[in-house]
Amino acid sequence: MTEVAGARELGREQLLDAYRTMRTIREFEERLHVEFATGEIPGFVHLYAGEEAIAAGVCAHLDEDDYIASTHRGHGHAIAKGCDVKAMMKEIYGKAEGLCHGKGGSMHIADLEKGMLGANGIVGGGPPLVCGAGLSAKVRGTRQVAVSFTGDGGSNQGTFLESLNLAAVWGLPCVFVVENNGYAEATSTNFSVRGLDIAKRADGFGIPGVVVDGHDFFAVHEAAGEAVERARNGGGPTLIECKVNRYYGHFEGDAQTYRAPNEVEEIRREKDCLMLFRRRVVSAGLVEEEELDRIDDEVRNLIDEAVEEAKAAPDPSPEELLTDVYVSYQG
Amino acid sequence: MARRITFMQAINEALRQEMERDETVVVFGEDNAGGAGAPGEDDAWGGVMGVTKGLYPSFPGRVLDTPISESAFIGAAAGAACSGLRPVAELMFVDFMGVCFDQIFNQAAKFRYMFGGKAKTPMVIRTMYGAGIRAASQHSQSLYPIFTHIPGLKVVVPSNPYDAKGLMIASIRDDDPVIFFENKVLYQMEGEVPEEPYAIPLGEAEYVREGEDVTIVAIGRMVSMAEQAAEALADEGIECEIIDPRTTSPLDTETVFESVENTGRLVVVDESNPRCSLAADICALVAQERFEDLKAAPKMVTAPHTPPPFSPALEDLYVPDPERIAAAVREVAGAGARA
Repeated sequence: MTEVAGARELGREQLLDAYRTMRTIREFEERLHVEFATGEIPGFVHLYAGEEAIAAGVCAHLDEDDYIASTHRGHGHAIAKGCDVKAMMKEIYGKAEGLCHGKGGSMHIADLEKGMLGANGIVGGGPPLVCGAGLSAKVRGTRQVAVSFTGDGGSNQGTFLESLNLAAVWGLPCVFVVENNGYAEATSTNFSVRGLDIAKRADGFGIPGVVVDGHDFFAVHEAAGEAVERARNGGGPTLIECKVNRYYGHFEGDAQTYRAPNEVEEIRREKDCLMLFRRRVVSAGLVEEEELDRIDDEVRNLIDEAVEEAKAAPDPSPEELLTDVYVSYQG
Repeated sequence: MARRITFMQAINEALRQEMERDETVVVFGEDNAGGAGAPGEDDAWGGVMGVTKGLYPSFPGRVLDTPISESAFIGAAAGAACSGLRPVAELMFVDFMGVCFDQIFNQAAKFRYMFGGKAKTPMVIRTMYGAGIRAASQHSQSLYPIFTHIPGLKVVVPSNPYDAKGLMIASIRDDDPVIFFENKVLYQMEGEVPEEPYAIPLGEAEYVREGEDVTIVAIGRMVSMAEQAAEALADEGIECEIIDPRTTSPLDTETVFESVENTGRLVVVDESNPRCSLAADICALVAQERFEDLKAAPKMVTAPHTPPPFSPALEDLYVPDPERIAAAVREVAGAGARA
C-alpha cells in the first residue's frame, strides 16, 4: 500500500471528520486515564486508545439509523456513532445528566436514537443483538445495516460463532468487526486463538472474511465500505478482523505485567493511528497541518469542558433507584 | 354455546391475529415453520409440538426457522425488539435456558434500566415447561421462579385456553420482555375461547372458585389439579377458594391478600421445586404482610427438591396431584386457630 492509498477517495470534509472522531476518542480516553487515577471515577473503565481507526473507519460508512453493538471497550464506538461526548462523560461519572442517567456507566453506554445498542458488560453479548437489528431491517424492508464490534476475546464466545452462522443463513445485513488487540484481558491471542487469523473462520460459515491493519484508518475504511455496501445490497454478512493494539490495560489499574517491556512505547512510536493518518494526508497535500492542529485544540477544549461539567453535575436522586425497570408494571 | 378449542389452538390463534394486526410481529425458533431447506413440506412441523403450525404459509417472511443456536436467536429477539419489531421467539423447552440465559437476563431484561429508561424491548419468549410426559430431567422442569426473580422480565403462566389466548395477545402488545410459559400437558386441554382478539391484563389474578375455609393459590397446570382437590374437599365440608395468579411477575398480591383475609388459611400449589419457588415467595409475602389474618401456618405443595425423574413410576410421584393438595388443605383446615 502506498502512503496515500484510499485517502484521495475521501473528500476534505470526510478526512477532517475522520480525524476529529479519532482525536476525540483519543483525548477522551487519555483524559479518563488521568482522571481515573485520582479515584473520582467509580467502577471499571476499559480504554480504547490505540484502536481509534477502527471505530472511525467503520462508522464513517454508517447513517444515524444504522445500528452498532459494542463491547466493554465501547467509548470509541459510541463517539464514532455520534453519541454526545459530554453526556457520555457524565455517564462515566455516574451523574443524573449522563447519557443513561447514570444508571449504565462506562460498560453500558447506549443511545438507541443514534443506533448505538450499547456497550456490553458481557464479552460476546453484542453479536446476537446485531443479528436482531439486521433481521429488523430486513423484515421492515429498510436499507439499514447492523455492525457488531467484538474483541479477540469475544470471538471465542459461542454467541459470536452462533451469530455468524445465524446472520449467514438468514442473509442478514450485518458486519462483524473483530478488534484483535492481541489480548483477551491478560491472555494473549498466541494462546487463545489457534490459527493465524480469526477472519479465516468466515470460510467455515460461507461468508467473506478479510484481515486489515487496524492502525490504518484507510485500510479499515476501505474494507468496511465494501462490507457495508454488500450488506445494504442484500449480500449478507462479512467478517472483518482488524489487527490492532491497545495502549492501556484491560481495565484501568491493570499493571500489564504480562506485556513485554516497551511494547506499548514501540507501538505508539511506529503504528499510532493518528500519527499515520496525519502523515499521510499532510504529505499528500490533502489537508494542512494547521487544520489538524486546530481540531486538536478544539477537541482538547471539548474534553476539558466535558470533564469539568461531569464533575460538577448532580448525582441521580434517590427515587431513580426504582424507576425505568419496566415500561409498565401493575401487580 | 361458545366455541371450544384447545390450549394449543388458542395460542396459535393469538399469534395469527396479532400477526394480522401488526406487521412488526415476527415469529421464530427451531422448526417454527419446520422443514426449511428440506425437500418436503415447508410448514412441516409448526414447532416441535405444532403450536405455530399454519402460520408460515400466511406470513412467509415473518415466520422463520432457526439453526439450533438459542443464544443467537434469543439474543436476536432482544436486538430486534430494540430496533422496531415485536418478535415472538420460541425457546422450545425452558430447560434450554442454560444455553441462552445471558441474552435474557443480562441483555433484554436490563436494557431499559441500564439505558436510563430510553429503551423498550417488546419481545415474547414462548417456552414449554412441566413434567408429565416422561420427558425426563432436561425437558420437564418448571423454571418460572428463576425468571420471576429477574427485574425487568414479566412472566406469564396460563392455566387454560381462554387465558392462554388473552395473555398471549397482551404479552405481544406489551412493551416489556415477557416470558410466556406453556405447560406441555395442557396443550390438548379444551375450553371456551372467543374468536375475536382480546387481551387479559398482565398482573390480574383470577378467582377460579370461591370458598370461605381455605385459600388455594395454584399456578399453571396446578389450577386444574386444585379444582379436582376442591371438588373432593367440598364433599367433606371444606370450601376452598382457588386463585390463579396467571402472571408471576407482576404478581397480583392484593387478590391473594384479600382472599387470605377471608379464609385465614393458605395452601400454595406450584409445580416447581420448593426452594425459592413461587410457593415459597407467596407464603413469605402473606406471612410478612397478613400475619395477623392467618389462623394456621401456610403450606406449600410443590415438586420435591429433585430433578424430574424419567420412570413413570417416579414421575407420577413428582408432580403435585389432587390427593396431595387435598391432604395439605385438610392439614391447614384442621390446624387450630392461633391465639
